[in-house]
Amino acid sequence: MTDTKQVTETREPVIEARGLHFRAGASHILRGIDLTVLPGEVVALLGANGSGKSTLVRALVGINAPSEGAVRLLGEPLGAGRRAAVDWSRIGYVPQRAGAGGGIPSTVQEVVASGLLHGRRLRLPRGWRDRVHAALEQVGLADRVRDPVHHLSGGQQQRILIARALVREPDLLVLDEPVAGVDMASQEAFAATMRRLVDGGLTVLVVLHELGELEPLVSRAVVLRHGKVVHDGVPPRARQDHDRAGHRHQHPHADDNALDTADNRALDLEVRP
Amino acid sequence: MIMLMLTDPFMQRALIAALLVGVTAPVVGTYLVQRKLSLLGDGIGHVALTGVALGWLVGAGMGLTTDDALAVPGAVIAAVIGSVLIEVVRRRGRTSGDLALAIMFYGGIAGGVLLIGIAGGSSGNLMQYLFGSISTVSDADLWLTVVLSLVVLAIGVGLRHALFSASHDEEFAIASGLPVWALNIVVAVVSALTVTVAMRVVGLLLVSALMIVPVAVAQQVTHAFGRTMLTACVVGVVVCVSGLTITYWYNVSPGATIVVLAIAVYAVVSLVAPLLTRRRPTHDPHPDLPDDVDLPAAATERAAAAAKECR
Repeated sequence: MTDTKQVTETREPVIEARGLHFRAGASHILRGIDLTVLPGEVVALLGANGSGKSTLVRALVGINAPSEGAVRLLGEPLGAGRRAAVDWSRIGYVPQRAGAGGGIPSTVQEVVASGLLHGRRLRLPRGWRDRVHAALEQVGLADRVRDPVHHLSGGQQQRILIARALVREPDLLVLDEPVAGVDMASQEAFAATMRRLVDGGLTVLVVLHELGELEPLVSRAVVLRHGKVVHDGVPPRARQDHDRAGHRHQHPHADDNALDTADNRALDLEVRP
Repeated sequence: MIMLMLTDPFMQRALIAALLVGVTAPVVGTYLVQRKLSLLGDGIGHVALTGVALGWLVGAGMGLTTDDALAVPGAVIAAVIGSVLIEVVRRRGRTSGDLALAIMFYGGIAGGVLLIGIAGGSSGNLMQYLFGSISTVSDADLWLTVVLSLVVLAIGVGLRHALFSASHDEEFAIASGLPVWALNIVVAVVSALTVTVAMRVVGLLLVSALMIVPVAVAQQVTHAFGRTMLTACVVGVVVCVSGLTITYWYNVSPGATIVVLAIAVYAVVSLVAPLLTRRRPTHDPHPDLPDDVDLPAAATERAAAAAKECR
């Protein structure tokens, strides 16, 4: 790869959505979304339940076909019959729900290894066991490689889904509430892994409820409400009325005693004009 | 005694066919169970009956010497078309997919009986296809079985990782850019080929049992996808070959014997499997991690004691 090519690639948006609408039956879920994610950015997609966050990321990775509008992934248009042009080896997707799976139990190794298949790669590459092991180490579950996935807890299954996305060593990671239901120690481990990957040039679009452990990494926040982008810029401040005694988010860091830090962590999405 | 059986040319052909069906049906069945489409094989089987009758009709029209020379090719074509149609309907919407499957069940049987009458046969002629007639396997049938089995195995085993990915989590497979639609069609076509391969051995009405029951047996003893497939194949071969051997000595229906044998294996394994898993040494299923809350000293001590108990 020549230097000039790399330069043009880094200037190009990694994700580019224009005028995205999505209708499911009578409900108009996405109502004209414009979203651009540049290389190296860590963009948090925030919003209340039902605001359309998951529908949007699912449209961005090709699961939902938008009713109107266009998506470009890594510079290539995403549409019927055009999917092959996208370099899927550079994209990792972590869905929201854990416990996906069919009628037959499968092991952690089998599920994570399926992340190594993408685009036209229909067979596992050489050395896949080592790559699966490395991905599981990043989520702290390397010792469970032979266990059936349904024997793991919900939070552990969520981490398996993260490992499945990381195993192909993507340049762009799209995560849908990756730390919902994950304990604090694992959230910290996840944040540390993400920091290392972001330092290495990873671009991230992450759906979050609150910024939590990922807050220091987030470079931009996009807030959805009623299927529209209502904020795109600096991460919004927490709602003051949520920042009461009894609503303080428990946090095990010894040095985490500053009140304003706690304010920022307890982000519950009050977007001010 | 066994030599007598093995030197009988009818039995040789039948054993080879049973062996092939015993391997291929569970391979495809594993994907169907994984996709929660256990009844797809049945739907295809019913449609294949119309194909049999259609082949019969065309054969009679062309004045072929044997009426049923085109029955198997007809079944292959009808089964492939039917399975692709089911997949198309399934893709468009789940509720109507269920309905379409039901309509195919009835349409397949009714169409078969109707067409065989027009072709100058009787519904009695369909019996050997409905319940199998492995003793009448000809050399040509055997060759078709061998070729189709090899195609099914090459796809089912060669593409197993991609087919697993598409069946295990279809949305993730789509978000990985895998050709999920094409892979689904591949599973549908391979299922159709398997149904027609197994048709002569166990009959169209019992084909699905041979695809599904060995997988159900395997699930009792293993929790991995790959091993489930392998175990199911072993079970499939064992019940097919031993079932057929029984019918060499006793005058009973081979298809029914094989299926009853498979269900008997399922019953025995589901009784025995819990005893086997209980004996396995277990490790502590709880990770030794700190909690998200600060515990009082007494609770911390109790946590350490609990960890010791689990070790």
